[in-house]
Amino acid sequence: MIEFRSVTKRFGDGTVAIEDFSLVVPSRRTTVLVGSSGSGKTTLLRMINRMIDPTSGGIEIDGEDTSTLEPVKLRRRIGYVMQNSGLLPHLKVIDNIATVPILNGVKRALAREQALELLDTVGLDRSLAERYPNQLSGGQQQRVGVARGLAADPNILLMDEPFGAVDPIVRDELQRELIRLQRELGKTVVFVTHDIDEAFLLGDQVVILETGGRVAQVGSPSEIMQSPANEFVASFIGTERGKRALSIRRTARGRVLVDGAGRTAGVLVDEPATTGHDVDSAANSGADSVAQVTVAQDLGADATTGAVLDAAAGPSNEPSGLLAAEPIVR
Amino acid sequence: MNWVLENLPLIGERTLQHLATAVPPVVISFLLAVPIGWLANRFRRVRGTVLTVCGLLYSIPSLPLFVALPALIGTGLTDPSGVIIALTLYGIALMVRVTADGLSSVDLHVTQAANAVGFSEWSRFWRVDLPLAGPVLLSGIRVVSVSTVSLTTVGAVLGVKSLGLFFTDGIQRNIAAEIFTGIVGTVLIALVLDLLLVLIGRVLMPWLPSVSQHATRTTVRSRVAAA
Ligand SMILES: Nc1ncnc2c1ncn2[C@@H]1O[C@H](COP(=O)(O)OP(=O)(O)OP(=O)(O)O)[C@@H](O)[C@H]1O
Ligand SMILES: [Mg+2]
Repeated sequence: MIEFRSVTKRFGDGTVAIEDFSLVVPSRRTTVLVGSSGSGKTTLLRMINRMIDPTSGGIEIDGEDTSTLEPVKLRRRIGYVMQNSGLLPHLKVIDNIATVPILNGVKRALAREQALELLDTVGLDRSLAERYPNQLSGGQQQRVGVARGLAADPNILLMDEPFGAVDPIVRDELQRELIRLQRELGKTVVFVTHDIDEAFLLGDQVVILETGGRVAQVGSPSEIMQSPANEFVASFIGTERGKRALSIRRTARGRVLVDGAGRTAGVLVDEPATTGHDVDSAANSGADSVAQVTVAQDLGADATTGAVLDAAAGPSNEPSGLLAAEPIVR
Repeated sequence: MNWVLENLPLIGERTLQHLATAVPPVVISFLLAVPIGWLANRFRRVRGTVLTVCGLLYSIPSLPLFVALPALIGTGLTDPSGVIIALTLYGIALMVRVTADGLSSVDLHVTQAANAVGFSEWSRFWRVDLPLAGPVLLSGIRVVSVSTVSLTTVGAVLGVKSLGLFFTDGIQRNIAAEIFTGIVGTVLIALVLDLLLVLIGRVLMPWLPSVSQHATRTTVRSRVAAA
């Protein structure tokens, strides 16, 4: 568990990047910090591994105040993945991955052996091991970045817009991969993005930030989507709403969900009521006439209404969109 | 041509003497300039001072320095140690600036990434900053090498043994072939050392596409010219 306690960061030039920020980041879950540029996401992330020290307030990791820990040692037990991979250009892929274990004193041969296994873990062919980073595609570099982040088997993985610089198709692939990895590894992931879709897809807990690191809302994706805490949140997720709105279209093969651009987002499946949830209990939510349709899924404790869940998406039943009334609700 | 054939042993001897005078300054100045350059880059406040001192040092004419140093350290005028020290000073003057520039040219994203994954300052210097400054350092040491080899000949005026003696002697005795031997020999030594440095660079920096080296070299040349 990572806990921010009234953290404030004022930079040398007087910029207050973070003001009185408090948050609990639960263990073995993905917490996504999402906000527009300059809202202080990177600053928050870097305060966790003491790349930046808070001006006031404190951060605890599993009850331990980080200010009492030696920064270099702390960083070596926290994975860090950044945009543009941050790989060392003069080291081969395998040596990039083995960097941190070697710094930790692991024997070189062993560290390289483990690095090869990590290539498997992140879905890269072992034949890439002897290449230099600039001989890889952007997507491959990011995978290597993730492998390096995992190399010391840290409990915590910090990711600063790791998929921000790759094209949408590769990003999609990397997101799925991360969801798979997280399901296997169960790290405490703090993920920074300014893409609300990505936040909702990956996050068990999503933190929407305004400038100065002010928390606009914290909650599960479905909580936030169902009841935005304020205008800011509504408009932040609302700008994407047109795209996110899904409608049901009847086809010969059954009912499919279609997004705003007319693309098929999935097939609508009713599950028997044994799941304990109402199946398609339609209720108009007044003004904006978005139908509240529950698509039955086994949601566990985190029951969601008003959001369509993508069964394939991942561990946390992230909603993949809002189900809109038009053209038809049965 | 006859003169060359008749004097082959002497040419060999002078070549070795030339190398013995020119190589140590190149190596020593590199080793000393790296920590000084690091200091200059690491501590903003000393940077200006250090670089100015280096610039001034480089501007001292070589002949007076060759004369003054033996007097200072108490060796004979024809002893090569005075020349070696003087050339080392020139080498340092050049390499400190190159090192500082090279270290500051390392991509900030890369150094930050190195910090983020847990490099200590010490290990980052050796395993990240220094290797990545490598191409700039290489082009610097190549310039130092060439200029040291050619400056070594100046010592001949004072009687310090090197291929330069062939100019002085050849001019006095009016033997064109001897003068020519001195010139060609010096150029050849410079070329061979340069080639050696490039090869060492290839081996030490296998990640570099070999085409880029020409480009970095030209920038250092112009930097040196500006200094
Ligand atoms: N070293 C610094 N010195 C001064 N101000 C800084 C420094 N680093 C960040 N800031 C300022 O702090 C604020 C938050 O910056 P931060 O990098 O955390 O934002 P961000 O949310 O990560 O933005 P982006 O999405 O663009 O990466 C910005 O106003 C930024 O200009
Ligand atoms: Mg940022």
